[in-house]
Amino acid sequence: MSINRRTFFKAMGATAMALTVGKPVVASNETESGTELNGILYDVTRCRGCHGCEWDCADAHGFSDFDIPKNPPFRQTDEKHRTVVNHYETSKGSLPRKIQCMHCNQPACDAACLTQAMHKTPEGPVIWREDKCMGCRYCMISCPFDIPKFEYHSTNPQIVKCDMCINLISEGEIPACAYNCPEEALMYGKRSDLIREARRRIHDEPDKYIDHIYGEHEAGGTSWLYLSPVPFNELGLNTNIQHTSYPSLTKGFISSIAPVDILLPAVLLGIYEATKKSSNKEEEI
Amino acid sequence: MNSNTQTIGMRQKESIFSFLISELKPKGKIFTPFNIISFPVIVVGLVIIFLRFKNGIGSVTNLTQDVPWGLWIGFDVVTGVAFAGGAYVLVFMVNILNLKQYRPILRITVLNGFLAYLFYSAALLLDLGRPLNVINVVIGNNFGVSSVLFLVGWHFLLYMLALLIEFSPAIAEWLNARKLHRFLTGIAMGAVIFGITLSVLHQSGIGALFLMAKDKIHPLWYNSYLPLLFVVSSVFAGISMVIFEGSISHKVFSGQLNENDQQAHHNILTGLSKICALGMFAYLTLLVLVFVHEQNYAYINSPMGYWFLLEVLGFVVLPMLMFFMAYRRQNVLLIRIAAVLTLLGIMLNRMNISIICYRWDAAERYIPSWQEFTVTLTIIFIEIWVLRWIVRRMPVLQRLPQWVGGGH
Repeated sequence: MSINRRTFFKAMGATAMALTVGKPVVASNETESGTELNGILYDVTRCRGCHGCEWDCADAHGFSDFDIPKNPPFRQTDEKHRTVVNHYETSKGSLPRKIQCMHCNQPACDAACLTQAMHKTPEGPVIWREDKCMGCRYCMISCPFDIPKFEYHSTNPQIVKCDMCINLISEGEIPACAYNCPEEALMYGKRSDLIREARRRIHDEPDKYIDHIYGEHEAGGTSWLYLSPVPFNELGLNTNIQHTSYPSLTKGFISSIAPVDILLPAVLLGIYEATKKSSNKEEEI
Repeated sequence: MNSNTQTIGMRQKESIFSFLISELKPKGKIFTPFNIISFPVIVVGLVIIFLRFKNGIGSVTNLTQDVPWGLWIGFDVVTGVAFAGGAYVLVFMVNILNLKQYRPILRITVLNGFLAYLFYSAALLLDLGRPLNVINVVIGNNFGVSSVLFLVGWHFLLYMLALLIEFSPAIAEWLNARKLHRFLTGIAMGAVIFGITLSVLHQSGIGALFLMAKDKIHPLWYNSYLPLLFVVSSVFAGISMVIFEGSISHKVFSGQLNENDQQAHHNILTGLSKICALGMFAYLTLLVLVFVHEQNYAYINSPMGYWFLLEVLGFVVLPMLMFFMAYRRQNVLLIRIAAVLTLLGIMLNRMNISIICYRWDAAERYIPSWQEFTVTLTIIFIEIWVLRWIVRRMPVLQRLPQWVGGGH
């Protein structure tokens, strides 16, 4: 067996590569507890933009005075609309796109919340819990998709956002919007199954879709997935969003707190003793 | 001085309660220009606060769904905490580095810091939608330990306690409580050491709050070094506040000081201006480093870029040079001007990050309502009233009572 210099360096390089990139960064379909996340796949090519899901959502969450303006301008979700459908002028004509909470696998709002009111459930939905929230609105600051909305005109305000119909899911049913969609543009299921289904659709009809599933890696992976015939920025989605999770942005700071809390007092005490002694000596002289 | 010794003499005869009641009466003139301006503002402010709890936050503020933190957080808390940074810097200089020449301004600075924190937490409670649930954070049934805000909140709370302990000997001296005084001075050193640690962490923590708003803050202001930039800038922001506030209180309470004190105060100011200049130099170096590292050149030639240049050149570089010059020429007036410029710069920086350049691309811009400004002024005015009440009664600026050992 002969190992010359070149093969040796090649092997070295390969080993180093394997060590550094050995653990591939893949968005997980599972929560920390090991249960599999649920999600919804939204196929823009099937959606006709009928706003039916908005009515179903309002129905499911008990908004009585619900209304969709005629000839609507660009709309955002707000404290009365947990989901809205907008129409965008794209390179392939006017296309609808539904906006709602993305239900990130590792949500920024959950990490931001200091009372654990924002909570990623093991089933997949990110929910808001009334009895815990103190209304600081830090979740609104942190959310990269600008989803949590606040009832500014209430004396006991709530944070309003899509909860993926958690009450229906826990009874084994499926979310109202996905259940009622007449075009089957919304598909509810296990996140891993949905990704497989999305890949199959892209594979079967490569001309119909662009080769990307929005939400597979965005913000570290989201439970809500988008398929589109046009680049996602044409549908008003942020395509510059980072592919690692948002809580990872503060991880460094949070893990430095305990060492500083423990070590800095010791350092300060040391300086105090040092300066005390030197000033005593000066006084003696 | 004379009246002070008289009250001490009288205090031994009367009971503590009648003493406290007599101290509640106002000292000094009632119809001063400050009172005439501040009293109506406070009355209007209290009415607005009442309306806020009656009709909801939206009834008195212009907050939007895009910009959920407005003036009450961006100015009262984010900027205010930086301004209150003087307390931990001076405590570090006097109690840890043993720089005795700064001791005369220590108590007033610690008192200022404590009151500032007390009133900022009040402002924070006004801004909370469900303020009663704040108890969840304290009693611990719902600890969100992965939250930066949780850690900031706790460091904030504990630091207030540390500041109160650091100031408490003055209260004991006022009440003539000698045993209590001995105990409080005994535990003060612990409060000092933990107070500085807690400060470093919550000052940087306020910067860390905005780390997750990565796509929302303009790239010229957002960077991963925000916590470091916040803690470094809090050093000279705090000292500038000490200079600014000291210059005013030495005029207002000049009756409590003699000529030697005034001369000593000038020496203190020149010393502080040197520290400010060095702190600002370090901050500027960091800013340049971040600017180069994040490759932000492309943004400079735009309206936001000019706004950024104004902040850095006009309110960091300029006051830094003024502090340097003022230190070399011993020019107290120049120091005061530089301090005011620095404070404006810090205000600009914190407001840029939390309000002005936060969602700078939003369709609906947030401009604070007059009610928000009035409530902010109300909080500042009440704080000044309380400060004045304390300074007129307790040994903050004035000489210590005779029974207290050691120099002031």
